[in-house]
Amino acid sequence: MIKHDIVIIGGGPAGMAAAAAAYDSGVKDVVIIDREEKLGGILKQCIHNGFGLHKLGKELTGPEYAAVYEKAVADRGIKVFYETMVTDISEGRTVTAQNSGGILKIEAKAVVLAMGCRERSRGALNIPGTRPAGVYSAGTAQKLINCMGYSVGKRVVILGSGDIGLIMARRMSLQGAKVEAVCEIMPYSGGLTRNIVQCLNDFGIPLYLSTTVAEIHGRERVEGVTVAQVDQNRRVIEETKRYIPCDTLLLSCGLIPENELTSTAGIPLSAVTSGALVDEHRQTEHEGIFACGNVLQVHDLVDYVSDEAEIAGKSAAEYVKGNLHSAVTVKTAAGNGVRYVLPQRVTVPPKEDISLFLRVTQPFGKVRYTVKSGDEVLAAAVRLKAAPGEMEKITVKAERFKNINEEITVSLEEVQ
Amino acid sequence: MYDVAIIGAGVIGGMVARELTKYRLSVCLLEKENDVACGASKANSGIVHGGYDPAPDTLKAKLNVIGVEKLFAAANKLNVPIKRNGSLVCAFSADEDKTVKELYERGIKNGVKGLKILSGNEARLEESNLSENVTSALLVTNAGIVCPYELTIAAVGNAMDNGAALRTNYEVTAIVKAEDGFRICSADGRQITAKYLINCAGCYADKIAELLGDKFFEIIPRAGEYMLLDKAEGKTVSHTVFQVPTKEGKGILVTPTVDGNLLTGPTALEVDSPENNETTLTGLDTVAALAKKSVPTVNFRNVITSFSGVRSSEKKGDFIIRASEKVENLIHVAAIDSPGLTSSVAIAEYTVDILKSIGAELRENPDFNGERENPHFFRTMSDEEKNEYIKAHPEYGRIVCRCEIVSEGEIRDAVKRNPPAHDIDGIKRRTRSGMGRCQGGFCSPFVAELLAEENNWPLETVTKKGKESYMFTGKL
Amino acid sequence: MKRELTCIICPRGCSLSVNIDGAKTCVSGNSCPNGEKYGIEECIHPTRTVTSIVRVENRENTMVSVKTARPVPKENIFDVMEIIRKTSVKAPVKIGDIILTNIYGTDIIATKDIV
Repeated sequence: MIKHDIVIIGGGPAGMAAAAAAYDSGVKDVVIIDREEKLGGILKQCIHNGFGLHKLGKELTGPEYAAVYEKAVADRGIKVFYETMVTDISEGRTVTAQNSGGILKIEAKAVVLAMGCRERSRGALNIPGTRPAGVYSAGTAQKLINCMGYSVGKRVVILGSGDIGLIMARRMSLQGAKVEAVCEIMPYSGGLTRNIVQCLNDFGIPLYLSTTVAEIHGRERVEGVTVAQVDQNRRVIEETKRYIPCDTLLLSCGLIPENELTSTAGIPLSAVTSGALVDEHRQTEHEGIFACGNVLQVHDLVDYVSDEAEIAGKSAAEYVKGNLHSAVTVKTAAGNGVRYVLPQRVTVPPKEDISLFLRVTQPFGKVRYTVKSGDEVLAAAVRLKAAPGEMEKITVKAERFKNINEEITVSLEEVQ
Repeated sequence: MYDVAIIGAGVIGGMVARELTKYRLSVCLLEKENDVACGASKANSGIVHGGYDPAPDTLKAKLNVIGVEKLFAAANKLNVPIKRNGSLVCAFSADEDKTVKELYERGIKNGVKGLKILSGNEARLEESNLSENVTSALLVTNAGIVCPYELTIAAVGNAMDNGAALRTNYEVTAIVKAEDGFRICSADGRQITAKYLINCAGCYADKIAELLGDKFFEIIPRAGEYMLLDKAEGKTVSHTVFQVPTKEGKGILVTPTVDGNLLTGPTALEVDSPENNETTLTGLDTVAALAKKSVPTVNFRNVITSFSGVRSSEKKGDFIIRASEKVENLIHVAAIDSPGLTSSVAIAEYTVDILKSIGAELRENPDFNGERENPHFFRTMSDEEKNEYIKAHPEYGRIVCRCEIVSEGEIRDAVKRNPPAHDIDGIKRRTRSGMGRCQGGFCSPFVAELLAEENNWPLETVTKKGKESYMFTGKL
Repeated sequence: MKRELTCIICPRGCSLSVNIDGAKTCVSGNSCPNGEKYGIEECIHPTRTVTSIVRVENRENTMVSVKTARPVPKENIFDVMEIIRKTSVKAPVKIGDIILTNIYGTDIIATKDIV
């Protein structure tokens, strides 16, 4: 058994930022455990630009953004266990991991969960049809192309208009493939508008909304897909079925936080975010175990992952130093038009202002958000538009939490 | 010149091959696909049936009932996970209660032990998530679960370890009967000769019979669709939960698998061709609706994959296992649908008896070793044992498949051991890499690299399941 | 000439209205000066940063990611891709290393370290 103050599970953007923040908060004995041979996680395969505008004030590609934090980790001398897979976290914060050197058992004073997420698979989507080669999740195709240098198809249909799907539509086009269509089962895109412009419109790729892949064809390799429009219940409308010949189907239909370790450790998860239930310190319901990044909630921008990870890393350090005491909390809740609010509980009164992160249930025009506890309005904010694909942040001043003991609800109303 | 050629490397062909290697015979298994267990043996319920279902005095009844214990014994020797979890056949009405009684009586007649009729409440005590609407159930205590493709891989592997040959991508297109034996030709121009021929070609058994002018039966391909759920749902039931057969069909089962997942299905739909193994929206909807009839709490949000398997039925409904009346030295083992998996070892022994009866000389093979090393030895170790093992074999420390925790060492083993994996799906069926919740999203690039490296192939030639199932369209 | 655009400078994605009347241009809907600049350029001379990959000769199945140091004319994206496609490099490569010079007015630089 070895001992470390803080063990960070995952060396992607969340893990790296959490490690550096923990170190800077005065706990020097921080280690990162990562599955791969290089830090950076999925950023390593996100070779497109658009990262860092918010956090670093400049536009970088994924690998460049990762390199900034990789350097931060290296400069602080933070130890990294590479090619090491965590297989268990016990309630007492003993982390069991495995690598080519053997089985490691690390006793940690605090643990930060930063394992990221996985893509929803064809199986989970339950798309009927045959089971040929050529059905890839967008991220797998991205890795094969961008990191390993192999093309995965020549004529492509993409299901799902999340950002990864849009980015891959452009990548496949740039690499010489013909992208026949991007289909989105919802009546709106899950990706950022700028990505629809620069990834689809620039390349003349059609986006079909309220449309899904109803069937996959081909025995050995994909030969085509049947696409069809869907009704309000997302059921296929038979008479709209049409066949698109293609050799590849890419799936970009949502990300699922990888919380199997979290569940095994008995840490309660939210049914909405599929991530742990946390307070404003990103502390889970198990004391000394924190979570951040896409394992906590799926983000649309890595910059916000870094922000969140810094909160978790700093809090883990405060916990180790004995400064994070259990306190009275109240729950937060999603009101009208809001799908979820994170953190799911907040300390009252908090030491600092608290930012509430949320996603809306559907696209809206101009909206006013209201944060209320009982009848008391804690904060309000107006935004020109709201979309489920874009995470929203509303900050509530610390002093507004005085004398609060009822659930805090965030709701929205459309305004003219 | 082989003593015996077997066409079809499914569970039956594999078990027959293994049985034959107990004797001093040269055996060759011919398989049209890139791997073994690619037909019905890869996509079925994986159930060890008690034996109450087949009509008395049929071959099915006879081989099922003696087959259960034979299968448990063989699976244990082959180190294939098998579990006696028992099954419940549920009734939902007074009419169906009668069917439960009939099944019970039929089971007694067939010689099945450990049968018991339970009331609805007694059944719910056995299985707490069972529907409130279950009125009675037949408890079958000798029934169990096994992984059908692992069993097939192990049977073929053990036969190969004992000297049998396996030729894959060997689609038999012509068979010439000469004085001294059969000349069996493949689509790609290969040929072998053998004195005896055993037809275990599954859904293609009638086509093989036809090549020899001996088509006295017709295979009806019948597709069954399934949905497999995440291990998080694996404890929803502990027994295999059946519904009593009705006019509409045999009903949908809900069962744990030996690997800890939950399996639901199958539908039963006659199809034009054995290749028609696609899933359909209607089929999957039917599975979901009927599974919930027995176990309302099945959470289909946690489906990780769906698939369809095509079984080989015949209109008379019984197995066809006999020497050809027309062609000397030919044995047909055909129409092996349910309970074929349960009966597989009994079928193999029965087939070898026929071989003996038609004059084959069977001398015992003193070198036969019926045991197969456990391919999953690593994952069954304790942390301390793993630690020791990794120190000597570092490749077992590197995890490739994070969902099922499969190491590089286990994947390399699957390429080297009998029968060797040649493609991504082959690795998946042997190691479970890619079998978990991400369905190969993370591990398939690494698995492709390992396959290419072990075989000295360029990476772009790696396939999902042989032939034209290419993964890559070129190097950038 | 009047055009409706979505600004692609940052994730905010403002809806822009660009009015060009001879030498006079007017952009509205933008939240920052970058948006105004983008709106005008997109109408007169649209450009894009191209990101891609270059094979690393002395590493198995390894690519180094690259980008144009400055945006290139939009109509030349595929020309730039074709030049990049024909290129390969030898490790080690450092972020910022110039892989190709003077490609449609800019350089192609590495965006990843390959040790």
